[in-house]
Amino acid sequence: MSEEFVIEAKGLAKQYGPHVAVDGIDLQVRAGEVIGLLGPNGAGKTTTILMLLGLTESTRGSVQILGKDPLRRPLEVKREVGYLPDSVGFYETMTGRENLTYMARLAAIPRGVVGERINSVLAAVHLLEVADRPVATYSRGMRQRLGISELLMRQCRIAILDEPTSGLDPQSTRELLDLIQKLSRGGMTILLSSHMLDVVQTVCHRIALFNKGRIGFFGTIEQLAAKIGGGTYVIDVEAEGIDLSALATTVEGVKNVMAVNGHWQCEAVRDVRPQLAQRIVAAGGALRNLDLRRARLDEAYGRYFREVHQ
Amino acid sequence: MIVREGSPFRGVGVIALKEAADHLTSARLHLIMGLVLLTAIGAVYGAIGRIKDTTAEDAYLFLKLFTVAREPLPSFAAFLGFLLPLVAIALGFDAINGEYNRRTMSRLLAQPIYRDAVLFGKFIGALLVIAIALLTLWLLMTGLGILFLGLPPTAADVVRSLAYLAATLACAGVWLALAIAFSAVIRSPATSALAALSVWLILTVFWGMIAPLLAGVIAPMDPLDPSTVLAQFEAQQSIARLSPQTLYAEITAILLDPAARSVGPFFMSQLQGALYGAPLPTMESALIIWPQLSALVAAMILLFTLAYVAFQRQEVRA
Repeated sequence: MSEEFVIEAKGLAKQYGPHVAVDGIDLQVRAGEVIGLLGPNGAGKTTTILMLLGLTESTRGSVQILGKDPLRRPLEVKREVGYLPDSVGFYETMTGRENLTYMARLAAIPRGVVGERINSVLAAVHLLEVADRPVATYSRGMRQRLGISELLMRQCRIAILDEPTSGLDPQSTRELLDLIQKLSRGGMTILLSSHMLDVVQTVCHRIALFNKGRIGFFGTIEQLAAKIGGGTYVIDVEAEGIDLSALATTVEGVKNVMAVNGHWQCEAVRDVRPQLAQRIVAAGGALRNLDLRRARLDEAYGRYFREVHQ
Repeated sequence: MIVREGSPFRGVGVIALKEAADHLTSARLHLIMGLVLLTAIGAVYGAIGRIKDTTAEDAYLFLKLFTVAREPLPSFAAFLGFLLPLVAIALGFDAINGEYNRRTMSRLLAQPIYRDAVLFGKFIGALLVIAIALLTLWLLMTGLGILFLGLPPTAADVVRSLAYLAATLACAGVWLALAIAFSAVIRSPATSALAALSVWLILTVFWGMIAPLLAGVIAPMDPLDPSTVLAQFEAQQSIARLSPQTLYAEITAILLDPAARSVGPFFMSQLQGALYGAPLPTMESALIIWPQLSALVAAMILLFTLAYVAFQRQEVRA
């Protein structure tokens, strides 16, 4: 395995009888990256996560987590990898603190530091005040934050989060995303499986698009937008007195122009705002607004799967 | 071949203690142990009254507390044999599927432990609770015996009753392993509880009726051949011993009655030289019930192994 990657899967596959859940995927993730795992239900995301954790055995292929095989050295891998499953479950009659203490004992965190570390992580996720209440009284957002606090307590180098924001209110979602970004800046590598594309766009450096057990695309959102025939850059144009659909196609680098809700949307491979402005003015048009924004993941995602299904 | 690093028992103690603590504070266990305690006190109180009325002198008076019954109450041993499987089932029926239903299994297995630790921990935790309950009952019995009969137990009484306690724990272990096996195979706790209770009902209540019927088919009796009577009896006894309750009843009969010499048919020739009613040494009694005790332990290991295999092969997705 390369020293550069903390997660490296090669030809990883999983078959349940005749059903192929994961079909030879390759994945390479660097330290501190936040990777979004996207794709429809049943595309193989969760099975891949379970193979990375060593919770299920791969049919073929290999996986290395921090240079270790999760099946041969599961305890060492599990010490470094934290997992927050979808709809994380806790022991309801136990308090938040007791839940963390139980997991700390299983993770063999030295007794002398457990109490202090639990207090510090509970404070980091704003749960210190309710730490001694049974988890049964916690809201969904509080449970998610308690799950994150467990990863912090274990000081994992890699975190795998499965739908961490599902069911959260906007404020809790914002707080959780801030926390994910903070962890990433601190060097933690994060795999984030989610159907919420805005969430993925906000925090992920790269995305892996799963489709029928394979990774159809692995790269940045801009690379995805470029790959599927649109543009890396999306420029919103508001102008009067011209037909931009005819005019913009003469600008080098523009891939596509669409009329959207009374304005124009240009997709280009680079920032072509100066050229566009020049052409509009030269053609006698009145330029009202010229706004550059990143390619939108939901648009790229939708277009990618439309193309795949065609 | 994959050689695993570290011990499979890492984390067993943590899980066992957490499970034991959960059980000891659960309403489920409080209810069922309350029932056991009430019936035990009732049975012992009845036994003490009867012993006082009928027995002038007995070398093993203390052991009679366990076996003597006063109508309409059965003896303490009979009560325990009936209720203990229910305690074990109550502690084990949702051991594994409960973790799936709470959605804690994947988080638990994502900790640096093996699956082995989860299963062993749950089994040991529940067995520890049963052991504590049995020891408490034993101490209660001893205390009541001293209080009402005025006789402290002899060393032989203590050894026999502790051996009986160990056999009771083994019997509970069989039912606990069965309940855990069902909880590993069946995802719904209600269904796994029903499955375990159905097996208990069949082996405790109906097996005594089924065994003679099956023996009659396997070894039919010929009125003109006396040896067929013995053959059918032995067949019936062998079939009956497929139930842990039969094995436990035989162990109880021998351990708690020093005068008992056999759990099967015996002939006058075998009694030659024996003093009728003379008690057997404790070791002799232990030798008689050794096969039954071994069978109970073997059944416990077999059922636990089934649970282990089922659990190890499961895909964890929740």
